[in-house]
Amino acid sequence: MKFYDTIELAGRNLREAGLRNSLTTLGISVGVASLVAMLSLGIGLQRLFAQAMGRSGLFDSVFVTQRQDLRGTRLAQGDLTPPKPLDDAARSSFEKLLGVQEVYSYFTAMGEFRLEDTRPEDSHFSVVGGLPPSARGSEAFDDFQGRFFSSDDAPEAIILADFGRVLLDLPPEPANADPKLTTDQVQRLLGKDLILRFGQRSADSSSPTAPGDPAPDNSAFNVVRKEQTLKIVGVVNNEPYRGMGGGPGRRAVLLPVGFAESLNMMQPGDVRSLISGGQGRRYNSLVVRVAKSQDVPRIEEQVKKLGYNAFSIVDASRNVTNVFRFVDLFLAIFGSLALAVASLGIVNTLVMAIMERRREIGIMKALGASDGDVKRIFFYEAGCMGMLGGGLGAGLGWLIGRVINFGTNLYLERWVEVKPQNFWYVPLWLALAAIGFSVLVSLSAGLYPASRAARLDPVQALRHE
Amino acid sequence: MDEAVRRSRRSNHSVNGSDSGETVTAVVTSKETSVESSRALDFKAPEAVRTVSLVRHYRLGGSIIPAVDGVSIAANRGEFIALLGASGSGKSTLLNLIAGLDRPNSGAIVVEGQNLATLNPLELAQYRRHMVGMVFQSFNLVPNMTLYENVELPMRLAEVRRRERKARACEALEKVGLSDRMKHRPSEMSGGEQQRAALARALVNQPKILLADEPTGNLDSKTGNEILELIRGLSRGLDMTVLMVTHERPLAERFVDRMIFLGDGKLLGETQNKLGAAK
Repeated sequence: MKFYDTIELAGRNLREAGLRNSLTTLGISVGVASLVAMLSLGIGLQRLFAQAMGRSGLFDSVFVTQRQDLRGTRLAQGDLTPPKPLDDAARSSFEKLLGVQEVYSYFTAMGEFRLEDTRPEDSHFSVVGGLPPSARGSEAFDDFQGRFFSSDDAPEAIILADFGRVLLDLPPEPANADPKLTTDQVQRLLGKDLILRFGQRSADSSSPTAPGDPAPDNSAFNVVRKEQTLKIVGVVNNEPYRGMGGGPGRRAVLLPVGFAESLNMMQPGDVRSLISGGQGRRYNSLVVRVAKSQDVPRIEEQVKKLGYNAFSIVDASRNVTNVFRFVDLFLAIFGSLALAVASLGIVNTLVMAIMERRREIGIMKALGASDGDVKRIFFYEAGCMGMLGGGLGAGLGWLIGRVINFGTNLYLERWVEVKPQNFWYVPLWLALAAIGFSVLVSLSAGLYPASRAARLDPVQALRHE
Repeated sequence: MDEAVRRSRRSNHSVNGSDSGETVTAVVTSKETSVESSRALDFKAPEAVRTVSLVRHYRLGGSIIPAVDGVSIAANRGEFIALLGASGSGKSTLLNLIAGLDRPNSGAIVVEGQNLATLNPLELAQYRRHMVGMVFQSFNLVPNMTLYENVELPMRLAEVRRRERKARACEALEKVGLSDRMKHRPSEMSGGEQQRAALARALVNQPKILLADEPTGNLDSKTGNEILELIRGLSRGLDMTVLMVTHERPLAERFVDRMIFLGDGKLLGETQNKLGAAK
């Protein structure tokens, strides 16, 4: 019998016992819905995590530093080559690697800050950092007040909220409290001039040398005290790219990285540069930003081959992904239980159908139906129920996810003041896979009834009343 | 013993391998039967149907019931034959064996030169689909299908194209006078109408043999006469062999060419029916 004729007969049989088959199909859809709802929660959470990590800038970046040999470990390992300087040539070689989006200096320096209308003795010592233009997409700027830098070389500053408290002479918040400033407090800071006092490296070939020292090279420098006026353009609650690259501490004042570099500020690693000698500018550390996070291990490896220390936290994220996989598996098993119970419903429905249609099976065999024809009819009936139940269940699962999502977000927004998030996420592949799985489970459930129907003796079946 | 007989025996053994105890009692052994078998399995024989020493036993508790016990009959092409006998004489079992619905314990069934004992289940299904049409005492129409759908069903199984199916189903229903009842379900029809629809369904794949198992058993005598009239007319028109099981001898005498008598599973005898043949 041709495929569409078999399907047509299967469909007719399903319609004939409409109520019973609808209930069985509903059972399957509930099973699929539970599976979809469970998995969509796992996928949604994983997606949120991935998004948050992606926006944190930690998972698509490789942190590069010059090779250290403070304890002689490299020498002990037989590596006698001198460490390569992390200079403009190195930066340029990183920029040329395939898949690299940008390379910028992880800039940190010390400075003293005060508002323009305060006395010099009221200055506050803190750490200044540089931010590339791409940092605008960081999650730290989600609840940002003010605006981002107008350009990479603008004398502008974005300050952390808790440093804003210091500048405004407000009492410090207790530990773990929200550092957020009120709108009024932020308005008192925005547009104000911030005076930065810092140590500037000033190249000076006439630097004094002791008798017998080698001739001075142009890597020698003097440090002079300088002041720079910055305009406060924004207040941010959390430090962007926090936890990256180390450094002397939390970067409370952020400048455009281009502008920060142009100030030629004395940085913590400058003493080493001085000792090592060499030409041109040296970086303490560079951040190599990769277009696709899956390319991070490759870029990390390539940077290491170029002779530098490279570090990424992809390994950490891999462990987290494994945890999510385990959670997904657990949720899938839990969700599949309902589907397993529903599949027993299919077996029951089809066995009942065989009892009822015993004579009909005998008639069909007398008219020339092969065992295979009979088997296929029952098999397709199971498959149709699985497909309908799967489609309905995927829709139901999506709906359950939406409703719970809505409820959760309502609660979070009202009580915790967290922005709405998609905790339940049903990607198209999940819906299609759920339907496919449902069909597969239904077909498996239909195997026994179908082969039982096919084995019926036509003579006995025709005698059945 | 010729090769054909040996092949037939081998296949019978293989079919009934699971209950060889039954089969052993019925294996063709005598010289007479071998000669008869050899003639019967001449696949170019003119007969439409020939059974040779056909045996079908059933187990009932500890005892073996010989439903068909060494029956050898032949039906010529276009012949209308009645199988007569009391209840339990083996008529319906013989018909089921010829229809390929049941397998013999031993012996051979040759239909249009094809030995059914050598066919596998799929080939038997194809044989039922294309070679034979069946009519039953209780009509056996599928209750949840309309008459049209019932008549169309054998063509679905035979993978006839949809357009052709429609034309042939309409033609068959018209032949039996039911062209205006196509959309009706069997429960909405009288017994005679249901049997006519069953006849249309049996003939729609243009079989060479029509097997009718007490087709008038559930009908009044007038309707029964009409049905047999119809069968006879159609069989003559289509040159189709008809084997009809009945226990109504007077009715059979009015229509059939030959009557075969069975009793306790054995062939009791046969007689030509000049009255029926002359009609």
